[in-house]
Amino acid sequence: MPAYEVIEHTADVGIRAYGDTEWQAFENAALGMFSLITELSGVNAEIEFPVDVQADDHETLLVDWLNELLYIFESNRVLLSRFEVTELEDSHLKGRAWGEPIDKTRHELKSDIKAVTYHMLKVKKVDDRWQTAVIFDI
Amino acid sequence: MTAGKRPLSSISDGSRPVDNVGREKKPDMAETKITLTDGATARLIEIDPWTWEIPKTGRMLVPGRIFSDRQLVERASEEKALEQVANVACLPGIVDASLAMPDIHWGYGFAIGGVAAFRISDGVISPGGVGYDIACGVRLVRTNLRYTDVRNTVPALVHELSRSIPAGVGRRGRVRLSRRELDAVMTDGVPWMVNHGYGWKEDVEAIEDGGVLEGADPSLISERARERGTAQPGTLGAGNHFAEVQRVEEIFEPEAAEAFGVFEDQLVVMLHSGSRGLGHQICTEYIKITAAAAARAGIYLPDRQLACAPIESPEGRDYYAAMACGVNFARVNRQVMTHLVRESFEYILKSSAEKLGMGVVYDVSHNVAKFEEHDVGGTRMKLCVHRKGATRSFAAGHPDLPPKYRDTGQPVIIPGDMGRASYLLKGTESAMKRSFGSTCHGAGRVMGRKAARRAIPGYELKHRLESQGIIVKAGSTKSLAEEAPEAYKDVNIIVDICHHAGLSHKVARLRPLGVIKG
Repeated sequence: MPAYEVIEHTADVGIRAYGDTEWQAFENAALGMFSLITELSGVNAEIEFPVDVQADDHETLLVDWLNELLYIFESNRVLLSRFEVTELEDSHLKGRAWGEPIDKTRHELKSDIKAVTYHMLKVKKVDDRWQTAVIFDI
Repeated sequence: MTAGKRPLSSISDGSRPVDNVGREKKPDMAETKITLTDGATARLIEIDPWTWEIPKTGRMLVPGRIFSDRQLVERASEEKALEQVANVACLPGIVDASLAMPDIHWGYGFAIGGVAAFRISDGVISPGGVGYDIACGVRLVRTNLRYTDVRNTVPALVHELSRSIPAGVGRRGRVRLSRRELDAVMTDGVPWMVNHGYGWKEDVEAIEDGGVLEGADPSLISERARERGTAQPGTLGAGNHFAEVQRVEEIFEPEAAEAFGVFEDQLVVMLHSGSRGLGHQICTEYIKITAAAAARAGIYLPDRQLACAPIESPEGRDYYAAMACGVNFARVNRQVMTHLVRESFEYILKSSAEKLGMGVVYDVSHNVAKFEEHDVGGTRMKLCVHRKGATRSFAAGHPDLPPKYRDTGQPVIIPGDMGRASYLLKGTESAMKRSFGSTCHGAGRVMGRKAARRAIPGYELKHRLESQGIIVKAGSTKSLAEEAPEAYKDVNIIVDICHHAGLSHKVARLRPLGVIKG
C-alpha cells in the first residue's frame, strides 16, 4: 500500500494517507501535501522546524498540523520534505519538519494550496492500519 | 412565450435534436435521485428548463434550487454538488431556498456557485460559506485603444505586465505595508490606497461598496494573518487567478456597452485575484471559532466545513468584522495591480494612463457575505447573503450602483477560461426576484486538477494557445495544464443559461490575447 494517494476532486485536490500508526498516517499526510506543492525528491531536509498545535479532536489536530506546515512554508519560503510526529495526545500534537529554502533554479512550485479544509476530513483505523483524508482549497 | 419557458427542442434544425443551448440533446435520463448526507434521498424536480428543485427533505429547512439546464444539473448530481446544496438548506434562518448558479460544482462545505440568504434574527454567518479566498473577484480595466491599431504592440504589453505583476505560489509584492498601513487598508479599503497614490479618485465608485466594506475591525486580525498579508498587496497568486489582455469581440447590448465604456475591438485588461494569505488565514481561524459557537448553539452541521455562528452572536459579529478586513484587502490588492497595469501600458505606449482612457469598468467580489435588503414573499427584509462562487447582479435603479450605471444595471464580470472567452454582463430585475440579485461567477470546472495534468501536457497547451494567437506567460507549465480550457465548462453555455434564466444579460464577449498566470 502506498504512503499516500491523491484524492480527485473537481475544483480542488485531497490526500488520503496511510500508516501503521496514527503518527505515521499524519506524517504521510504531510508528505502527500508537499508532493502537491513540489517534487519532493529535489528537496533537501537541511533545516528543522518545530510544530506544536492544540485542538479538541484528532481530525482538527490533523488540519492544524497541516496548516502549520503550510504557514512555515509560506512565511519562511522553505519547502519541506521530511516530517516527524513526536507526540500525539487527545488535544495536542508535537512534531518536526525538515526542508530547505526555495531555490527557483532547482524547485518547481506546482500548486498553491490556500488552506486545509474540513470537508470529508477523516482520521480512522481500518483493520490494522491508520487512514487520514483531507481536501485542500487550491 | 418567454425565453425561460422555451421548450427543450425549440432551436432544433430538425436533423438532430439539440438542447436549449444548442448542444446535441441526450435522451431523457432516468429520474435523478440525490442521496443526502443524513441518508435521506430526494428526487430532483424540473420546474422549467432553467430551474430545478430539490424538495425539502429530512433536515432541510427550505428546498434547494439550481438554475441550470438538464445536462449540467445531471453532471452536478454525479459529483457531490447537489448534496452540498441540500446541506446548506439545513442551516438555521435560511430564507426561500439554498440556491446554485449554472456553474455549480463540487466544493468543500458549500457548493461552488452557491447562494444562501439568512434572516438576521435567527440566521447564521459561515466562514466556509464565504471561502478561504475572501472577496476573490474580478476587475475589468478599459482602454481607448483598438486592437486593430495596436496589434503589433500586444506582445510587448503582455511581456511588460508579466514582469510587473508578481505571480505564482507565495509570491511577494512590490508594495510593503507597515502595521499601521495594513490596518488602514483593512479598515478604509481602496479610497485609502487611492489617497496614497495608487489609482484615480473615480476608480472608487466602480468597485462594489465604493471600495470599502464598512464594519471592518483590524483588532480581530491575528499576527499570523497580518504577517501573511503584509507582503502580498498587488500580487496575483496562483491557481485559477490571472491577468489577461483581452479584445472586445462582440457587443450584445450596445446601450449597456456604451454606459460601461466598452466598444467592439477595444483592448481591455481583466484581473482575477483575491485576499491572498491574509484571507486564507482569517477563514482558517474563524472556521474553528464558529465551529465552537455552532456546537454551543446546538446547530446541526451536515459537514464540518459548514461551521457557522448566529449572525447576532459575538462570534458571528467578529467573523463579519474580520471578513470585512479581508474584503477590503482583496480590493486593495486588485487596486495595486490596476496601478501596475497602468504603469506598464504607460511605459510601453509612451502615453499617460489618462490619455489611454484606462478607467475601471467595475470590480466584483464573488466570495463574500454581505448585509443586503431583498423582497421575500412581498416583505422587504435585511438579510445576510452568502455568495460562494457567485457574482452580485443588481438591477438598474439599485441604490448601491454608482450614478453612471444606475439606469443600466450593475456590470457583472465573468472570467472564462484562457482559450475561449470572458464576458461582461449586466444585472437584472429578475435576478433581484429569483436569486437575491446573483448570477454565475465563471465557467466552473469539469475536470479535476490531476486529471487535467495527466490529459494535457503544459508545453503542448502553451503551443496550442499561441497558435490561436493567445500569448501565455506562466510561472509553471504544470499548473498551466490544470487551467486548460478543456478542464472548464464552456463559459458561452453558462452565460447563455444565466441569460435565459434571467439572472444576468449579456453585454459583451471578450477574447483573450495574452494570459499571465502564476
